[in-house]
Amino acid sequence: MTGFIAVYIFMLAAFTGYGMASGVPPSLHRPYLSGLVLINGVVLVGAIALLAYADGFLEQALGFVGVALAAASVMGGYLVTRRLLQASRSGGVDE
Amino acid sequence: MEFGVFVVRLGYLVAALLFIMGLRRLSAPRSARGSLAWIGWGMAVAVIVTFFLPAAALPNLGLAALAIALGGGLAWMAAARTGETGLRQMLAALSGTAGGATATMAAASLAETGDQGLTVTLLAVLGGLLGAVTFSAGIVAVARFRGAGTIRFGSQNQVSALVLGLALIMGLMLMGDYPAHTAMTITFFALAFLSGALFMLPVGVSGLTVVICLVNTLNGLAVTLLGFALGYEVMIVAGTLVAAAGSVLTHLMGTAAKRPVGRLLFGPFGDSGQA
Repeated sequence: MTGFIAVYIFMLAAFTGYGMASGVPPSLHRPYLSGLVLINGVVLVGAIALLAYADGFLEQALGFVGVALAAASVMGGYLVTRRLLQASRSGGVDE
Repeated sequence: MEFGVFVVRLGYLVAALLFIMGLRRLSAPRSARGSLAWIGWGMAVAVIVTFFLPAAALPNLGLAALAIALGGGLAWMAAARTGETGLRQMLAALSGTAGGATATMAAASLAETGDQGLTVTLLAVLGGLLGAVTFSAGIVAVARFRGAGTIRFGSQNQVSALVLGLALIMGLMLMGDYPAHTAMTITFFALAFLSGALFMLPVGVSGLTVVICLVNTLNGLAVTLLGFALGYEVMIVAGTLVAAAGSVLTHLMGTAAKRPVGRLLFGPFGDSGQA
């Protein structure tokens, strides 16, 4: 991927994220944060790829730890977001 | 483009789209409930297609599946054991975990010897620094939620800034060709971890979630940088979304709690600790 196209992707995604978050109501702050933690778990993709092409023990070990940590944040992020969304609903969402 | 690569890249495109749609729905009360399915499917697609990367070593893919089962299973058990009040603490832990994963990946790409170019090294150094800061900040936050007190000492901001600066200098020196590369890499990560913890020391319980949001934003940036370094578009898009949306959310949360982020971190006495 050429550098400039990558920077264009960065720019457009940044404005997309910026525009979406500006209207989040206080009742959704915490579920939204949790959702962002879940999306950060996408580092799992890179971790799996690194482990897949790893040669040598050090790279394998680091890759294994990275995949396990990332998978934990994905699974945990999903479950916590679900719980927080349920809580924000039962606690009366101010619309 | 080879067919296998095409399928993987197409999967990443679908995943990025699902992330954007899901995050969009998560920002409004009416649609928030259904949003999780979009993000969840996006993650599932991104992970599954990664297993179809061409020319991957099969034993390594087995290891990856094992690591996913291990990490996911532990998180599942932790979530099942956590009550409603523990969710904040779990969120801090998960943010730290994601940072740890980022730092580990940066370490792996720094450990890879060979001619990978200065740009990749620079991106890995910056990503590793941010990931390591997120990791140790998460650990300190969990300790704080469990009752550890705030720690303050004279010239705290200066000491924190000094350690961060040293970490950055050490990281930039990794771009050079020195014989003690491994020792320098270890020192770099140690300093980075230390600086994340130092910045968290004066933050009281009431400001923790805002600061966790801030470091999670930094970790999003780290994911983006590693996405650039390794060439995975889905990481660039998802990381940037988190970084941009997270910075807005940090501001919103800080304003809602009447605790501007700058004062939480760098105030003369940090956060007062009174909710």
